[in-house]
Amino acid sequence: MEFGLSLEQRQFDDSLRSFLKDRLPMDRLRALAEPGMGFDPSLWNGLAELGLHGLIVPERFGGAGLGILDAAVAAEALGNAAAPVPFAGSLVMAPLAFIDSATEAQQDEYLPGIASGEIRVAVAFSGFGGQTGTARASLEDGRLSGRITGVMDAASATHFLVYLPDGHAAVVAADATGVSTKVNRSIDRTRPMTDVTFDAAPAERLGAANAPLVAAQTVLDAGRVVLAADTMGAAQHMLDAAVAFAKERVQFGRVIGSFQGVKYMLSDCVTVLEPCRGMVWYAAHAQDAIQDEARLTACHTKAHLAEVARDVARITTEAHGGMGFTDLLGLHYWFKRIMFNRQVLGGPERCREEAAQLQGWTLHA
Amino acid sequence: MDLALSEEYQALQAEIRAFIATHGHKSPKVGGGRKRPDQKTLDWQKLLVEHGYAGRTIPQEYGGFGAKPDVMASAVIAGEFGRANVYAGLTNQGISMLVPTLLEVGTDEQKKAYVGPTIRGDIIWCQGYSEPGNGSDLANAQTKAELKDGFWVVNGQKIWTSSAHYADMMFLLCRTEPEKSKHEGLSYLLLSMNSPGLDRRPLKTMTGRSEFNEVFFTDVKVPETQIVLGRGKGWYVANVTLKHERLMIGDAGKMTARLEQLIKLLQKSEIDGVPLIRISEYRDRLLRLQGEVIAWKAHNLRLLTEAAQDVDSGVKRMIVKYGGTMLGFRLSSLAVDALGAAGLPYESAGEDAEDDDATTWNIDYMYDVGLMIGGGSNNIQKNIIGERGLDLPREPKVQGTVAIGRG
Ligand SMILES: Cc1cc2nc3c(=O)[nH]c(=O)nc-3n(C[C@H](O)[C@H](O)[C@H](O)COP(=O)(O)OP(=O)(O)OC[C@H]3O[C@@H](n4cnc5c(N)ncnc54)[C@H](O)[C@@H]3O)c2cc1C
Repeated sequence: MEFGLSLEQRQFDDSLRSFLKDRLPMDRLRALAEPGMGFDPSLWNGLAELGLHGLIVPERFGGAGLGILDAAVAAEALGNAAAPVPFAGSLVMAPLAFIDSATEAQQDEYLPGIASGEIRVAVAFSGFGGQTGTARASLEDGRLSGRITGVMDAASATHFLVYLPDGHAAVVAADATGVSTKVNRSIDRTRPMTDVTFDAAPAERLGAANAPLVAAQTVLDAGRVVLAADTMGAAQHMLDAAVAFAKERVQFGRVIGSFQGVKYMLSDCVTVLEPCRGMVWYAAHAQDAIQDEARLTACHTKAHLAEVARDVARITTEAHGGMGFTDLLGLHYWFKRIMFNRQVLGGPERCREEAAQLQGWTLHA
Repeated sequence: MDLALSEEYQALQAEIRAFIATHGHKSPKVGGGRKRPDQKTLDWQKLLVEHGYAGRTIPQEYGGFGAKPDVMASAVIAGEFGRANVYAGLTNQGISMLVPTLLEVGTDEQKKAYVGPTIRGDIIWCQGYSEPGNGSDLANAQTKAELKDGFWVVNGQKIWTSSAHYADMMFLLCRTEPEKSKHEGLSYLLLSMNSPGLDRRPLKTMTGRSEFNEVFFTDVKVPETQIVLGRGKGWYVANVTLKHERLMIGDAGKMTARLEQLIKLLQKSEIDGVPLIRISEYRDRLLRLQGEVIAWKAHNLRLLTEAAQDVDSGVKRMIVKYGGTMLGFRLSSLAVDALGAAGLPYESAGEDAEDDDATTWNIDYMYDVGLMIGGGSNNIQKNIIGERGLDLPREPKVQGTVAIGRG
C-alpha cells in the first residue's frame, strides 16, 4: 500500500510548477486577464514541451497514456498558478471521451491532434452537466441543433464535443456552418465562458459508446475531479500568500502572525485544506482504478473542495487586510478562480444531490 | 499510488481472518473502555498479545510479541478487527501513552515491572498532569515531591484525572526542584493509587457520569527509584508521553463507523412518517459530513504511507486532533438533531449502565466537547499548527511563560 505520488509524478509536478513560475509572473497574468480569453498561444505551446497536451492520450496516438491522477497533479499546479489554459475541457475530458467512446477512425482523426495541441476540443453537456443556464441539443441526420451557455475552455476551441441527453456525444468543428459562438469574459479572468448555438451544424456522433450514459458520466466525473484539483491549487496559493503576509506585516509593533486571532484564521485554513489534497488524489485514483467508488468520490470531491476553498479564499483575503481587497496584490485572481470552479460542471448542492441519488437516498431514486 | 496490500500484508490479513474465525466468538462487545476490564476482556487481551494483535511491537522480554515496528501491519490489524466488528484490544492511557514512554526513557527494571502487566490489562494507569490552577500551562504544575529517607513525599492536588477511580497506578508530573526554572523543576514519578495519603474523588461530568476525578496527595510516599529518567527531567518525559496522546485522539476508522451509524439513524428516524434521509435539509447535512469523512480517510492513508516511509508528516499530523474532534462533534450534532425531540429523554444512567444508541449519541455529543478540551485544548492545537506547522511567530512572552501550552 502506498498512498501518494510517485517519483515521476512529483518530478512532473516540479517541472510544471517551475515552468509556470517562470512564464507566468504577475504582470503577465494581468496582461492576459485583460482580454480574459483563457488562452495564450506561447504558454500553450510551452506546455506542449512538458507533455501536458498528450498527458492522458494513449501512447500509440502520440501521448503519454497516463491517468486522471496525473491530470489532477497537473491541474493542481495550474490552479496554483491561475494559469489561463483550457486544461480540464480540452486536455482531460475531450481525450477521455475519444478514448472511451470514439471509433478507431475517429480516434485516429482526433487524438494525435489533441496530443500535439493543434486540436482543442471544448466539451459541452446538454441535460446532465448540472450547470445553471441553457443546455439543450439534439442530433438528427448528422445535423446538430440547440444552444448551450457557459461552456468552459471553449474560447480557443477548434471543435465542440456536445453531449446529448441520451449520453451520446457529437463532435462538430467550431468553424462549421451553423455554429455561432459568443465568448464572454468571466469573473475569473483566467477562464471565459462561451455560449454556443448550433443551427443544423454538420456533426459526427462518437460511434463506439457501449453504455453512452455511463461513458458521459465518466467524462463529467473526470472533469469534476480535475476542477477540484485546480481549486486545491488555487486555495493553497492563497493560504501560502496569507502565511507569508502574516510573517511580514507589522501592526501594534508586532508581526500580525503573532496575534492569535490571525494565527487561528490560518490554522483553521490549513486544518480544513490539507485533507483535501488526499481527497483529490483518492478521487482521481478512483477514476483510474476503483470503479465502484469513482462516481461518489467525484461528486463529493467537487462539492467538498468548493466549500472548503470558499472559506479559505475568504479568510486568506481577510488576513491580508485592505491590501487583500485591492487589485494591486492580484490575490483576487485566485479568489475568482475558486468561484469559477465551484459553479461549472455542477455546484456543490447539485453534486451532493447526485451523491444522494447514487446511494438511493432521494425520493426519485 | 497503489492501494493494494503487498503479499506480506495479505498474508497477515489472511492470518487475522483465520484467527477471528477461530476465536472471534470469545471477543467482548466492541466499545466501552470506561470501566475496569472484566475477566472476559482480560482473557481476550491475553490472547491478542499472544498472537501479536496487541502489544505487537513490544519486545518479548517485556511481555510483548516482539515484532518490529510496522505501522502498515498495525493498520491491517485495526482494519480487519474493525471490519469483523471484533474487539481490537484495550486502549487506555497506560497502553497508549505510558508504555511507549517507558520503552523510550524508562529503566530496564521499570520496563520489566510495568510494560507486560500494562499491555495485558492487569495494571490500569491514570495520567496525573493537570491541576486546578495549571491545565494548558502544564509546565507550571505545582504538586510538590520532596526526597526524604529514600522516598518522594508528595503533596498537592491533580484534577480531571481520567480513570483514576479504578486505576492501579498513576504517572505523575510534579515539582521536585522548586529552586530551578519552571520547566527544569519537574519530575515524572510512577506511583500506586493505593498509597496511603492518596485520596481520589470521582468528579461528575456534564454527561452525568464520573469519567474523571480529583486526586489529593497528603504526604504520599513514593520509593525513590520510581522516578523516570531522573530529577528535573519531568517536562521532557511528559512531552514524550503527550506525543503519544496526540496520536491516540482523532482516528479515521472511528469516524467512518460513526458515519455509517449516522446514515442508519437518518434512515430510521422519521418526522410525520417521512424518513429524515428523504428530507433534503437533513440529507444535505449528512452528505456534507460524508464528504468530510472521505477527505479525512484519504488524509489518514497519506499519513499512514508517510509513517511507513519514516517521513515526518509535520503540519499534516498536527491538524489531526483539532480537525478530528471538530468533525466528530459535527457528526454527533447531526445525530442529536436526527433523534430530535424523541431523543431528549435519553440520559446516561451512570458509568456502569449499558447505554442504548440514543443515549450513546447524546453522550458522544457532549463527550466530543470534552475531547476538544482534554489532551491539549483546540486553541492549544491551533497554537501548535500556527507556530510549529506554519512557522508563524509566537505570542510575545510574559516573563517566564511559554504560551504554546500542553498538547
Ligand atoms: C474529558 C477530559 C479528560 C481529561 N483527562 C485528563 C487526564 O486523564 N489527566 C490529566 O492530567 N488531565 C486531563 N484532562 C485535563 C485537560 O488536559 C485540561 O482540561 C486541558 O489541558 C485544559 O486545561 P484547563 O482545563 O486548565 O483549561 P485552561 O488552560 O484554563 O483553558 C481555558 C480556555 O483557555 C484557552 N487557553 C488556555 N491557554 C491558552 C493559550 N495559550 N492560547 C489560547 N488559548 C488558551 C483554552 O483553549 C481553553 O479554551 C482532561 C480533560 C477532559 C475535558
